[in-house]
Amino acid sequence: MAKPVLLSMKDIHIDGRSGDDWLPIIKGVDLTLHKGEVLGLIGESGAGKSTLGLAAMGFVRDGCRISGGSINFDGIDLMAAPESDRRALRGKRIAYVAQSAAASFNPAHRLIDQYAETPVVHDVMSRDKAEADAVELYRRMQLPHPEEIGFRYPHQVSGGQLQRAMTAMAMACRPDLIIFDEPTTALDVTTQIEVLAAIRDIVAQFDTAAIYITHDLAVVAQMADRIKVLLRGDEVEEADTRTMLSAPQHDYTKTLWAVRELARPAQPPAAGTPVVSVKDITAGYGSTMVLHGVSFEVHKRRTVAVVGESGSGKSTVARVITGLLPPVSGEILFEGKALPPDYRRRTRDQLRQAQMIYQMADTALNPKLRLRELIGRPAQMYLGLRGKALTERIRDLLRLIELEPDAFIDRLPSELSGGQKQRIGIARALAAEPRFIICDEVTSALDQIVAEGILRLLEKVQDEFDLAYMFITHDLATVKAIADEVVVMQNGRVVEQGPKDEMFQPPHDPYTELLLSSVPEMDPDWLTRLLKERAAGRAGLNA
Amino acid sequence: MQATSILLGIVIAVTAALVSGWLFRALLVAVTSGELRRSFRGAPVTASFGMLVILLYFVVAVLAPILAPFPERQVVGAQYLPWEAPYYLGTDNLGRDMLTRLIYGARNTVGIAFATTGLAFVVGSVLGLWAATVGGWIDQVLSRLVDALMAIPALIFSLLLLTIFGTSITTLILVIATIDATRVFRLARSVAQGIVVMDFIEAAKLRGEGVWRLISREILPNALAPLVAEFGLRFCFVFLAISALSFLGLGIQPPTADWGSMVRENATLINFGDVTPLLPAGAIALLTVAVNFVVDWQLHRASGLKE
Repeated sequence: MAKPVLLSMKDIHIDGRSGDDWLPIIKGVDLTLHKGEVLGLIGESGAGKSTLGLAAMGFVRDGCRISGGSINFDGIDLMAAPESDRRALRGKRIAYVAQSAAASFNPAHRLIDQYAETPVVHDVMSRDKAEADAVELYRRMQLPHPEEIGFRYPHQVSGGQLQRAMTAMAMACRPDLIIFDEPTTALDVTTQIEVLAAIRDIVAQFDTAAIYITHDLAVVAQMADRIKVLLRGDEVEEADTRTMLSAPQHDYTKTLWAVRELARPAQPPAAGTPVVSVKDITAGYGSTMVLHGVSFEVHKRRTVAVVGESGSGKSTVARVITGLLPPVSGEILFEGKALPPDYRRRTRDQLRQAQMIYQMADTALNPKLRLRELIGRPAQMYLGLRGKALTERIRDLLRLIELEPDAFIDRLPSELSGGQKQRIGIARALAAEPRFIICDEVTSALDQIVAEGILRLLEKVQDEFDLAYMFITHDLATVKAIADEVVVMQNGRVVEQGPKDEMFQPPHDPYTELLLSSVPEMDPDWLTRLLKERAAGRAGLNA
Repeated sequence: MQATSILLGIVIAVTAALVSGWLFRALLVAVTSGELRRSFRGAPVTASFGMLVILLYFVVAVLAPILAPFPERQVVGAQYLPWEAPYYLGTDNLGRDMLTRLIYGARNTVGIAFATTGLAFVVGSVLGLWAATVGGWIDQVLSRLVDALMAIPALIFSLLLLTIFGTSITTLILVIATIDATRVFRLARSVAQGIVVMDFIEAAKLRGEGVWRLISREILPNALAPLVAEFGLRFCFVFLAISALSFLGLGIQPPTADWGSMVRENATLINFGDVTPLLPAGAIALLTVAVNFVVDWQLHRASGLKE
């Protein structure tokens, strides 16, 4: 490489405290970054990506310590330097962009105040100059109304804009290195594109080096020059992006790649009475209507994926079906018979037939109840199981979701991993022996490999118990993996629906087209090509 | 000279408290097992001292007839006898044995305080959780009623009610419980409001669970930590309220032994430099401090500030 080395981390060991013991989080990782280079850091959660990224600033979270290795940033030994020197670097020469911009901005101050703080504190520029500079960077980040947007409060701008404002803020002192910690994970695909493009442009313009942390391979393929794969605190492999994508060496990397290949074979069209039909539903909160005449059907052993960005009303459909939100007009038929619109008026058997699995397993399981009761309660309530029969049923369900009954039956949810919690959510739904299950973004909070396990489990139980699924998601890779039919929603209306294969073939509704084309592909040239095409499209329209 | 001895006395008392707390914790860790043992091991010395004091009070209250040298109401000698055997702490204004009265006072005052706090908690937290779970007009009616009750200063309100309904022990318990239940209601309702919006409550509702089951199995276990901590604090307040009312003559009626009235009855002795009337006051203070030590520890645990 012609460019000089900017950051060099050698044999880094980081420990985290658990009670009285120190457990290794990072076990001897080397990392070298050249000036102006972008390094992608990927791995599942718990792999130590964020910890390593923060260590590049000479920083560790509370309860962690760097127990070995050396960090050299542009000739400065960060391990030996006093804390005051390290603080002088942070924000000025090394900046950090957090995953959730919404949680990282102080809601009580305007964006521009927070922007100006760093350069003023570090004596890089005066307040006036910083504000002028902010407008310039907001413009380069393609934020709307760059002159005014800084004077808004964080809650007054959208999530994607906030993430871009945060990147602009990180750029304020023109740092040599920026650490991006999953900056687009919380965003919709359509918003994600804008943020990715803006980040890529600005990093290239200022020739800034960056460490890009993510668990999304397709995203990292667009952003990084080199990719490093981490697994449980160890480096698995590192290579040039194109080499890594075309010829991964290690088995673990290959499985990461293979997850994206999961696809459900096409099923013959379903016949007979649909399990659930949603008929011309209009519903909303107060006088604001969120759904406008939504209709679709879900058949036995079929999965209908409801897709759309946040705010499109897909979760509201679920609330209407479960009876939490009685519709203004329209009705829900269950096997041909109308269901009472309010869940309180439904019989216990009607409630049993339709179950729900939630996005956040953390909040969907009562943290104070043991798995025995969490899973056992529906079986006890609906099927009247008691004593030995109930315990046997709970053990069967645990075996079904591939958890060892003896080890798990008396655990609390806090003693489970994210994927295991979601499995308990599935077991609780199955315990009621339902006909129909609503899965609300069940995999979006999980890593790809864990998510794949959940999707496979859902497919397995669908075949075993003849279930019908309604699968709410914004991730089209998940749609490919599990759906038979797709319903695309936008602003509370169904814009397109049909069998999955047709949906992935043109011609599309313009919105479906936008959604489909926004899903990152593994091809490293994808983003460049897409932006060119969209620019050409706009130019064509204008001409 | 006297200042030095007082200081020395304080130092010795604090040291004795810490040492006894430490020993008591060692004992607790030795006799318990599992999760209970882990939490005892993490308890600060102050908390274990608090637990020791509470345990002692409890034992004294239960075994009062065995421990006390004389019957509760018997006049055994002249008035205001000095601290000499067989009246180890002297006699009171009517010539009753002070030690006996103190021991029975533990039973009466602590017992009534416990019953009152318990009642206030059962009523207050059940109503509070219910209001938060059901919402709507039930919540509105209950909350506004509680607001109205809380708007009247507690001591004045209890004096008023006691004057109207008379001063039997039952009315005393009911009146103070009513007043304290309003505070518990507010706490329980606000804690539960944070819990009812969670997905697992929605899941339970969709499962068709009844309100009672929602409250008792889904919400209460998650609201328990702040409620337990509040129980300790409330207990102290109730205790002080009863003593205050007794001191004013509207609480526990003579000849029943009670620490609050004992202070009042023997207050004259203070003029002669005798500390006897301060003993019941000290008993109240010690229990209050002990309960607060334990509550602090529980609050610390509940807020997730472990270590």
